[in-house]
Amino acid sequence: MMEIVMWICGIMLGLATLACVIRVAKGPSILDRVLALDVMLLIISVALCLEMVYNRHTDYLLFVIAACTLGFIGSVTVSRYVSDQRNA
Amino acid sequence: MEMFLDILVAVLLILGCLMSLIAGIGLLTFPDMLTRMHAATKPQVLGFLLIFAGLAIHLRSWAVVPLLLLAWGMQLLTAPVSAHMIGRSGYRTKHAAKDSLYADELKQIVDKVSSTPATGAIDVSSKQAEKTED
Repeated sequence: MMEIVMWICGIMLGLATLACVIRVAKGPSILDRVLALDVMLLIISVALCLEMVYNRHTDYLLFVIAACTLGFIGSVTVSRYVSDQRNA
Repeated sequence: MEMFLDILVAVLLILGCLMSLIAGIGLLTFPDMLTRMHAATKPQVLGFLLIFAGLAIHLRSWAVVPLLLLAWGMQLLTAPVSAHMIGRSGYRTKHAAKDSLYADELKQIVDKVSSTPATGAIDVSSKQAEKTED
């Protein structure tokens, strides 16, 4: 049964990643891109959790926490230095 | 009991991944940045809660629960801050489409502060605003 669950979850995560990549490529402003990349990092954390479930180990827990912190620092830093180039 | 727990894990994992898919669809289809921000925060709190619950139940151990709670609590603390920063810089740089808003309560305050001549209280707040802009 776990096989089927993994397939369903993997397909859903793949579609979500594809949507994020399209938004990163299209996104009209840098903030849209930051948002989409943040979601992509969350999807990576979810995929790490799925791998831990499938192989029954806890090796990647710290990576999950690190990914959360990294996403936070990244989006805050980029949005702090965003400026309006059209009016500046 | 084992069977029940396995089914519970499967449901939790699928719902958690569904949150990510919803965020992806929202990112792709919503029209402007502020609505996309609304969609993007779905997997951050509820999705992670479901996935972490599924992981802890599947491993059948209490030892991972503190670490998972740490990761989830960190998400809970940092998600509003980063959303606030992105929304704030979007509002200031006109990346957020302001003409699509139904109500813009911040605009009244900004107009009020920028139009009134400098008196004590307003002066302090506008100075603070300048400081934060630096």
